[in-house]
Amino acid sequence: MGSRSRVRLVVLHVMVMSLLLSLGGRLWYLQVMNGAHYRRVAADNGIRDIIVPAPRGQILDDAGRPLVRNRTALVVSADRTVLLRQKDGGRAVLQRLAGVLGVPYAQLAAKVRLCGPGVTRPCWTGSPYQPIPLDDNADARKALQIRERQEDFPGISAQLQAVRDYPRTDGAGAAQALGYLQPITQEELNKRKGIKVTGYSGVDLIGRDGLEAIYDGDLRGATGVRRVLVDSQGRVTGVASEKPPVSGGNLVTSIDAKVQGDVEAALKHAIDAAHKRGDPADSGAAVVMDVRTGRVMALGSYPTYNPAVWTGGISQSEYDGLLNKSKGQPLISRATQGEFAPGSTFKVSSLPAAIRDGYPLHGIYGCPSSYMVGARAFSNFEGESGGDITLHQAIVMSCDTIFYRFAYEEWLRDGGMHPVKNPKDPMIKMAKDFGFGKRTGIDLVGESPGRIPSRQWKTDYWDATKASDCKHGKTGYPDVAKTDPARAAYLKQMAAENCVDGYVFRAGDAANFSVGQGDVLVTPLQLARAYAAVANGGTLWSPRVGKAVLAPNGTIARRIDPVKAGTLPISQKVLAYMRSAFADVPKSGTAAGAFGGFPLDKLPVAGKTGTAEVWGKKDNSWFASYAPANNPHYVVVVMVTQTGTGATTAAPAVREIWEDMYGLRKGKKADLPDGKVPDRLPALASDGTIVPPPGFGEPEDKTPASVPAPRRKKHK
Amino acid sequence: MIGGYGRPLEGRSWLSRLSDSPLRRLDWTLLCVTAILTAIGSVLVFSATRGGLSEAGDDPYTYLKKHLFNIAIGVILGGVTAALDYRLLRAYAPIVYAAACVGLVVVLTPLGATINGSHSWITLGGGFQLQPSEFAKVGLVVLLAMILGEPRDGEVGPGRRDILLALALAALPAGLVMLQPDLGTTLVFGAVVIGMLAVCGAPKRWVLGLLGGAVTGAFLVWWLHLLKPYQINRFTAFADPSKDPQGAGYNAEQARIAVGSGGLLGKGLFHGEQTIGHFVPEQHTDFIFTVAGEELGFVGAALITALLGVVLWRGLRIAMQAADLFGLLVASGVVCWLAFQTFENIGMTVGIMPITGLPLPFVSYGGSATFANMIAVGLLEAVHLRHNPYE
Repeated sequence: MGSRSRVRLVVLHVMVMSLLLSLGGRLWYLQVMNGAHYRRVAADNGIRDIIVPAPRGQILDDAGRPLVRNRTALVVSADRTVLLRQKDGGRAVLQRLAGVLGVPYAQLAAKVRLCGPGVTRPCWTGSPYQPIPLDDNADARKALQIRERQEDFPGISAQLQAVRDYPRTDGAGAAQALGYLQPITQEELNKRKGIKVTGYSGVDLIGRDGLEAIYDGDLRGATGVRRVLVDSQGRVTGVASEKPPVSGGNLVTSIDAKVQGDVEAALKHAIDAAHKRGDPADSGAAVVMDVRTGRVMALGSYPTYNPAVWTGGISQSEYDGLLNKSKGQPLISRATQGEFAPGSTFKVSSLPAAIRDGYPLHGIYGCPSSYMVGARAFSNFEGESGGDITLHQAIVMSCDTIFYRFAYEEWLRDGGMHPVKNPKDPMIKMAKDFGFGKRTGIDLVGESPGRIPSRQWKTDYWDATKASDCKHGKTGYPDVAKTDPARAAYLKQMAAENCVDGYVFRAGDAANFSVGQGDVLVTPLQLARAYAAVANGGTLWSPRVGKAVLAPNGTIARRIDPVKAGTLPISQKVLAYMRSAFADVPKSGTAAGAFGGFPLDKLPVAGKTGTAEVWGKKDNSWFASYAPANNPHYVVVVMVTQTGTGATTAAPAVREIWEDMYGLRKGKKADLPDGKVPDRLPALASDGTIVPPPGFGEPEDKTPASVPAPRRKKHK
Repeated sequence: MIGGYGRPLEGRSWLSRLSDSPLRRLDWTLLCVTAILTAIGSVLVFSATRGGLSEAGDDPYTYLKKHLFNIAIGVILGGVTAALDYRLLRAYAPIVYAAACVGLVVVLTPLGATINGSHSWITLGGGFQLQPSEFAKVGLVVLLAMILGEPRDGEVGPGRRDILLALALAALPAGLVMLQPDLGTTLVFGAVVIGMLAVCGAPKRWVLGLLGGAVTGAFLVWWLHLLKPYQINRFTAFADPSKDPQGAGYNAEQARIAVGSGGLLGKGLFHGEQTIGHFVPEQHTDFIFTVAGEELGFVGAALITALLGVVLWRGLRIAMQAADLFGLLVASGVVCWLAFQTFENIGMTVGIMPITGLPLPFVSYGGSATFANMIAVGLLEAVHLRHNPYE
């Protein structure tokens, strides 16, 4: 035992103490020098902001009847990040869940995949950090099982959520106009900075189409924030502060559920009847508008679908069905997005165009069965001759040759094949004044502009198609030639001609345009507002579906009014002349058959038929109308594709709509009491019930106590 | 000092009786500090576990009760160790060593239990587990002291044969522990071997060579991917804990936040939100120091460090006064073990050492560790009791 070991022990002693001292120094550095910093970090550690969803507002009709409302559903959802953290990627949990929900495991497994290249629906389109809804309408017993056995279902939650409900009040679907909700995407979040998300899939939705999209900001409300203290597992240990959510506003629309329901029914009846006749009748549209205000009262589109398919994630087959051409693409609103040749209904523009160009309003014009436009004969529909007639008669019996003549003569005056520098193009200009070829500006998503085939359009179109035309002009159409050699030869010749001078605005183009044929396309909504403008004395509206937003406290958050888009450059005299002509169409003209037995003395209806020829298909049937003819209130336009003349399909549908609106059939009450639409907004009672405007029905909840007494007073 | 109170009238005869008793000659400072540390540890274990237990609907005192039970057993084990003539330990040392090694083999068989990625436990009945690696520490210290402390003439250090034998005997449990894998305990063995060789006077080239070898070895183990991924992650996360706060660096980052947020005086016992919120994992065992740091602040954390320093100081003092080289080596071996474990544990908590699974002596929850620590104190007292005060 020597002292040298003890010397070494002293060294060890020094080492040990210096190690401890360095620990002390480090503690001083962490706790005293940086204590404030770590306290801040620690505070963040323990606080989470929970975004409390705001109930989305309802969409109501003009009398306060719900078109879209909310219902609560038990939604079972999966937290993908928690599942993936499990050893088997959540397989066992999902298998157990499949057993409880009674669905195949593969279906659940497919739903929790993220959509992406090669991953098709069902898959998750939202953020990977949002819980994914697996069953949006679980029954309470199953949901309870999941809640009670949380240890068996890590990452699975079952909770009450508000989901959209479509009550189809009075048969009103209006699926395309209402639109739908979808999980909000990251891009949308970036674009709309104000939106806060809850992290719960079923709630973090955004309007993707229709009114839901346009008025998303009004309907959405403001989410609340609950700051909670949480532990490392995210379990809440207390509430630090709370800002409650503000419910979304209720959108009152000018859609009238009863009219909408009957419009959809009438459209369906017309198309069913066409099918019975053996017509393809593959789509249809209907528009009802108040000509005095530009407010849209009904928008029908056929085929349609049930918007409830969007709730809680849509399956691939459902989604395909909405987009599938063979299933008619029910997602597309034919009324606002469909573009069709208007046929003779387009004379609403061509007639005043001819008058503006100098043709006498009260002149007598020949209506031969055909008219030579250059070297080509353009015939009346079914080759009838009308003799010498007035313009009034030209409208009533729908004579085309008069308009061919106007168009051809105007075309010649503009220089014919060698146009003057500034051609007058009276028909094109008037069509533009009627708002054709331009979006109406309605408060719906994805409206189509239609098409006015002007000289400029022809040039642009030629530039775009020249290469293809020149190729086909040489090589022909071998595919078409296999089945139809004559058509192939015609097409080849057309292509060869177009290749050379396809930009030229030809006489045939002008003639076709005058009767709504050829390259001109309009939406049913554009046609409706054109007739509305004639009916109301010349005001062209930018129509609106939304009427007002009612704040949750019952006040009117904002009013939505149609905007005047323009005034027709037509004198009142000409307008009155046109109206008198339209008034005789159902009486003694092309629609007389369809309106046979209709009490025109009670409700004088004015209108115009249209039969648009589509190459290789059956004609599109149009009827544009307004009533009462002597003091127009509303315009009704119906269009059905591939069925026949305007008189055979569209006019009977329009007749049915007028009968329903005014209660002209026995045993059925009028949709519009006394033919009126509410001039006041429905009100929101303090208990949340909706009080209809005076004269438009009882509150939906008829418990007297729930409605303040003064509001129950009937008008009159 | 303990006789200072009691019965002053009979004082003289009582004191004289006491002076003959081995109790009088115990290192009471060491015992008191150990007792204080154990008491603080128990409170901290309770603070770390009560929340989780009551949330789960269990008795919040469950862990505290178990811990106190472990301490009681530990005190008995330590007392028995202290009561033995430490020279007799030479006879027991091989048995303890061999038993520990067998235990280390057993944990690798299906009889062993895996907790937190390490296959280090043998499950006993009644919710108790045995961790042989803790007992291997005791066995290794005594066995090395036996080999290196063979009575030698003059001031010569151990011969090459003894050194190699010592290394071989250390390598066996170290290897077995690495298979679990438990890097922390392996490093403790390394510190003990190197420290004891240095103290007993092994040639400098051996000591420095081993030190260099240990560092290189640790690096190679890391570099050659001999570690499990979680261990690599723990090591790399040490370099920059904020890089991946939810992943590997999570423990390190959360530990620093908890300790740092304690400030000078702490948030008060049972008032640490980080502790209540379970942000730090393994908080009642390896990361017990974070509870002290957060709830008792710098004052409390520094006090615990200082108290552990007192334990080490008393251990070195006992080594210094040991009657023979064997006693000196036993005491310094214990000091090396506890010193390394203290430094590594607190060091990883405050972010200056990589994270390995080692408990804080006397403070952390854990039966086997508590037993081993109490036996270590017993060893120190045993050496102290039989030292030659006049040397």
